[in-house]
Amino acid sequence: MIFGLTFPETAVIGLLFAAIQFGAMIYLASLGEMIAERAGVLNLGVEGMMAMGAVGGFVFAIETGSPWLGLLAAAVIGGAVAMIHGLFAVVLGANQVVSGLALTIFGVGLANFWGTDYEGVRPEVQFVDVDWGPLSDISWIGRILFQQSPLAYLAVLLGFVTWFVLNRTRGGLALRAAGESAATADAAGHSVLGLRLFAVAIGGAFAGIGGAYLSLSISPGWTVGVVAGRGWIAVALVIFGAWKVRRVALGAFLFGLAMALPNRTESFDLPWDPILWSMLPYVLTIAVMIAGALVLRNRPPAAPAALGLPFRREER
Amino acid sequence: MKSTKSTKALLRLLALLMAFVMIAAACGDDDGDDGSADDGDSAVTDDAGNDMADDDMVDEGMDEDDMAEDDMAEDDMAEDDMAEDDMADDFSAAFLYISPIGEAGWTWAHDQGRLHAEEATGIPTFFVDSVNDGSPADIEAAIRTLVADGHDVIIGTSFGYMDTMEAMAAEFPDVVFEHVSGYKANETNFGNTFGKIYQPRYLTGMIAGAATETNQIGYVAAFPIPEVARGINAFTLGAQRVNPDVEVVVQWTSTWFDPAIEGDAADALLEGGADVIAMHQDTTSAGLAAEAAGARWVSYNSDMSEFAPDAYLASAIWNWGPRYAEIISSAADGSYVPGFYWGGYEDGIVDIGSIAADVDADIVAQVEDIRQQMIDGTFAVFSGPLFAQDGTQLLAEGEVMDPGMLLGEAFFVQGVVGDIG
Repeated sequence: MIFGLTFPETAVIGLLFAAIQFGAMIYLASLGEMIAERAGVLNLGVEGMMAMGAVGGFVFAIETGSPWLGLLAAAVIGGAVAMIHGLFAVVLGANQVVSGLALTIFGVGLANFWGTDYEGVRPEVQFVDVDWGPLSDISWIGRILFQQSPLAYLAVLLGFVTWFVLNRTRGGLALRAAGESAATADAAGHSVLGLRLFAVAIGGAFAGIGGAYLSLSISPGWTVGVVAGRGWIAVALVIFGAWKVRRVALGAFLFGLAMALPNRTESFDLPWDPILWSMLPYVLTIAVMIAGALVLRNRPPAAPAALGLPFRREER
Repeated sequence: MKSTKSTKALLRLLALLMAFVMIAAACGDDDGDDGSADDGDSAVTDDAGNDMADDDMVDEGMDEDDMAEDDMAEDDMAEDDMAEDDMADDFSAAFLYISPIGEAGWTWAHDQGRLHAEEATGIPTFFVDSVNDGSPADIEAAIRTLVADGHDVIIGTSFGYMDTMEAMAAEFPDVVFEHVSGYKANETNFGNTFGKIYQPRYLTGMIAGAATETNQIGYVAAFPIPEVARGINAFTLGAQRVNPDVEVVVQWTSTWFDPAIEGDAADALLEGGADVIAMHQDTTSAGLAAEAAGARWVSYNSDMSEFAPDAYLASAIWNWGPRYAEIISSAADGSYVPGFYWGGYEDGIVDIGSIAADVDADIVAQVEDIRQQMIDGTFAVFSGPLFAQDGTQLLAEGEVMDPGMLLGEAFFVQGVVGDIG
């Protein structure tokens, strides 16, 4: 007991398990958004792409009987939907904020429409938590780290791959160049449009996987509103994480905690108003953005310099 | 230089926008359906047309009505009015739902009621689904479309529709409006309907109380309002009837409809030692969590046994059909009188769903006995001696809770573990 609060072992383990689970789901979407933004494309359509991934993943998993095919479909669908943003914001140079918002509205609406016949259908196909054998039996750590959904490990893997590709490969350098100074990348012989479209597609695929995490693992099944604003948190996390993989991962875990803690007020005997508790993730978002703005006020901006700017060759 | 500046401006705009979205999302949790907020407008018109056309329960005669109505919707206002007169003898009713119908849950139960009413009265019925109850503009647009389509009765099945329906009832005095779960009515064409779902909750509490081996039941609760508290208290009293040592641990989610959160709250309760889960929200995720953990589950709204066949114990269910038939037929023959309807077992608006096969026969017999007493109107769930959570006596021996206290229940009874906020 610390400061009059109780910390029952099972509740702490459960909290950390859930925080990683929720965190990994948001992390996937956030990672994708970060890739797009590093290439200079702001995509506010994450919520819509996650919804499409959630419904598409569930539909394909049910129809094929395999959660992995569902996951693949979710990634493809997320990437395909992202190409709408790619067409307008990248190819045609339209305003990225407007195009992204439109993608969210369109994606959520289309997902709801597509999912009508799958609403509340029994999730006969879903991901089963991984059993790592002896590792999973270790006290505390075993439950928290080694009994997660396969998608949690996929999120970690994709995080490493993203970091490596962005920072240690020529392609990653070109992609970052497209986001920092598109004209320079162009002069260096790279196709800015190609790089940006690729980044947006990958971003969409990651968001789709994040959505499928919800519909195939965390709360198996499709219902309207299953994404419930988490796509927006993923966008906020990129800013929180200052466009860096590690910080985005840390931020995602914090948001996972903020999502899981209000569901355990009773386990921890916390007295506060339940509705105030459920505001925690959002309050945290606003607090982090204010704090970030204050701390980073006098530093060079962490954002890619060409973020949000359409590239047209003749205007360089 | 220039590009950095505009990036900053863009980021500033984005930050502002996101702050708005965050606030909207935080507030939106109350209606439990923020996901559909964005597409509300399109759902109103599109769903009205598509859903009607897709509805396979609609008979052939009604398909013609459908087509007539679809045509009408495309015509301009003047023609609408004419068409409305033409259709004066085609009495019809329309329902507003907060979510898609799905295969179980709150809206599914209402839709079963609609289908029953259609069969019982022979009056065609229609529905619009996914009408966000947190958006008065969406609700109003949906109602105006339905009125323009010539519907004579409009039944809204989510709490948040109340104020808009009240205003629309004043604007369209010839249309009967009936609102489910609110607390408002007028004297002419706006009535209120709800039911004593706490009665079957008491019965499911008995079954859960007998099923628990840890003497700890987890209750995934929605919002700390009287309707939810009443359900928790009735459930607890039922559980205590068969198991005096039982505790009901309440975890709030502040959601009506967020499967990820509700499943996680159930997990937390199971980790805390509960081996039976009860819930109040509109999703099945608490049941899926119980099924995955090898625990048991009591469902709400409709019989959800097929979603978690091993976990499922029993369910407190709604049977809206007879009431809807009554509203629609009385509106059709002009005898409709608005008021506050709060029916119970005696009216058949609530009941208990199927009971799992492994429930002890003796418990099933006890449940059947109390159920019969409820139907006969001789059993009061909230009767003395009744003690509050902190041990203060609420009702003396032989006393029955008066309706005012029942409707305003903002406390927990003894045996409930948790804060009511």
